[in-house]
Amino acid sequence: MYPRTHHQPDQPILDVLHLSVSYEGREALEDITFHLHAGERVAVVGPNGAGKSTLFKVVAGVLPPTSGEVKISGYGPRGHICIAYVPQRSQVDWRFPASVADVVMMGRIGQVGFFRWPRRADWDTVHTALEAVGMEPLANRQIGELSGGQQQRTFLARALAQEAELVLMDEPLNGLDTPSQEAILSLLDKLRQQKITVMVATHDLGQAASHFDRVMLLNHKLVRFGSPQDVLTSENLLRAYGGHAQLIRGADGTTTLADTCCDGEEEHE
Amino acid sequence: MNNLFNIFLQPFSYDFMLRGLVASVIVGVVCAVVGVYVVLRGMAFFGDALAHAVLPGVALGYLLSGGSRDTLFWWALGAAVLVALAVGRISKHAEIREDTAIGILFASMFALGIALISTVRSYSVDLSHFLFGNVLGVSTRDLVLTSVFGGVVLLTIFLFYKEFLVLSFDPVLAATLRLPSGLLNNILLILMALTVSVAMQTVGVALMVAMLVTPAATASLLTRRLWQGMLVSAAIGAFSAVTGLYLSYYFNIVSGSAIVLTATAIFLLVFLFQPRRGVVWKKR
Repeated sequence: MYPRTHHQPDQPILDVLHLSVSYEGREALEDITFHLHAGERVAVVGPNGAGKSTLFKVVAGVLPPTSGEVKISGYGPRGHICIAYVPQRSQVDWRFPASVADVVMMGRIGQVGFFRWPRRADWDTVHTALEAVGMEPLANRQIGELSGGQQQRTFLARALAQEAELVLMDEPLNGLDTPSQEAILSLLDKLRQQKITVMVATHDLGQAASHFDRVMLLNHKLVRFGSPQDVLTSENLLRAYGGHAQLIRGADGTTTLADTCCDGEEEHE
Repeated sequence: MNNLFNIFLQPFSYDFMLRGLVASVIVGVVCAVVGVYVVLRGMAFFGDALAHAVLPGVALGYLLSGGSRDTLFWWALGAAVLVALAVGRISKHAEIREDTAIGILFASMFALGIALISTVRSYSVDLSHFLFGNVLGVSTRDLVLTSVFGGVVLLTIFLFYKEFLVLSFDPVLAATLRLPSGLLNNILLILMALTVSVAMQTVGVALMVAMLVTPAATASLLTRRLWQGMLVSAAIGAFSAVTGLYLSYYFNIVSGSAIVLTATAIFLLVFLFQPRRGVVWKKR
């Protein structure tokens, strides 16, 4: 049956120790160590191919680490279903024959269990989740008929229906217009109220600085992890991005970074 | 009026026609439902390969039993399961691309099957039955096997509906929910193998892929939910089977071809004329 493990309450929600991952002899992640506490909101930034998606997949337990370990509330990732992974929109088959409510219900099948059908209470949970992200009126739409922001909110509703305690979002704001980005960011506030920990991979350093408690600067290695002021310095950014970065220092002393890229994981150096 | 009735009823005054009809409807439905996954997961080529790769198993059974048909279903089943699981493994570990690997396996197995069968003198009739099916040769025993295994396939899909849904839509979610993805994938492959074995007698290996893909593709144009797609696909599969059998009876066409061509005609009609999305609608 669907396995479940109990949490040890006083442990950090996520504890990553000396994590390394290599694909075909190439090191994607090297000796990463950090931990997160419940309710924290962390932005993960770094150039394309820095290993952000890889990090998320290892944390989610989808990809095995080459060495090191990932502990969720004190336990290994096997057996936990409290992690939700919100994929990049480009990774999803939007023509798939499923309605918005169907997709959100997918998050609950762990609780429903094998050889059972969703019960009334499960549908209630699904609709509450849709309500929370403002998607209830579109519950019966086919997912391909949604805008980018609505698609993203559907997946957040799925994470809620899954009763996830750690939500990993891969470039959720990519390609969204400003109102949709704002809607997603304000939803993250709701998640925080429920003590849900969120890790977001993003390219937007401005947003990373303004909307997140901590920022993780990643380029195969953990370049820096801390408060936005400490991490997003020009020195650190140059270390992480190298020649790809164009730093623009504003009159008020803020640093903006024009990244040359946007999607894809290819551009390894 | 009586005449009209006769046109519809007359073919089935023969027992072998009636058995053929029941078998084709079951096969039409089972193929169409499994086909929904085949279409969604882009496994059409795999399905085609699997159908062809069954041939050496069948040929071996045919040689060993001295031309008797009774055990062929089991030989087909064994070969199909073996090939399905083997290809499942290849695609995971291969140095070459999956479709290349399937292409090599599929053609060579097919060649091996034909080579084996051709060692028997007067093989051509039997070979054509394997390739294109022989609806009229369905025995009561065949019918029982078809119903039982067809039933097993449909029941399994019903039981694992939500797991297969997640696995097909979002394998990463399946992993984060700690579903046994490998096992579920293998179950799906085995279901395809069962389907191919069940359908071999009626449609034959050469046209099988059409039964898997065409009704499901038609349904995908008409529906927006997975279960709706399955129902519509099943209806199209059953309708094609019945219509094809009539065409086969009155125009003396090979039944497998007639069934497949009916399914194709339905697909074309839907593709061109479906409300709002059809090619004809868009032209305006």
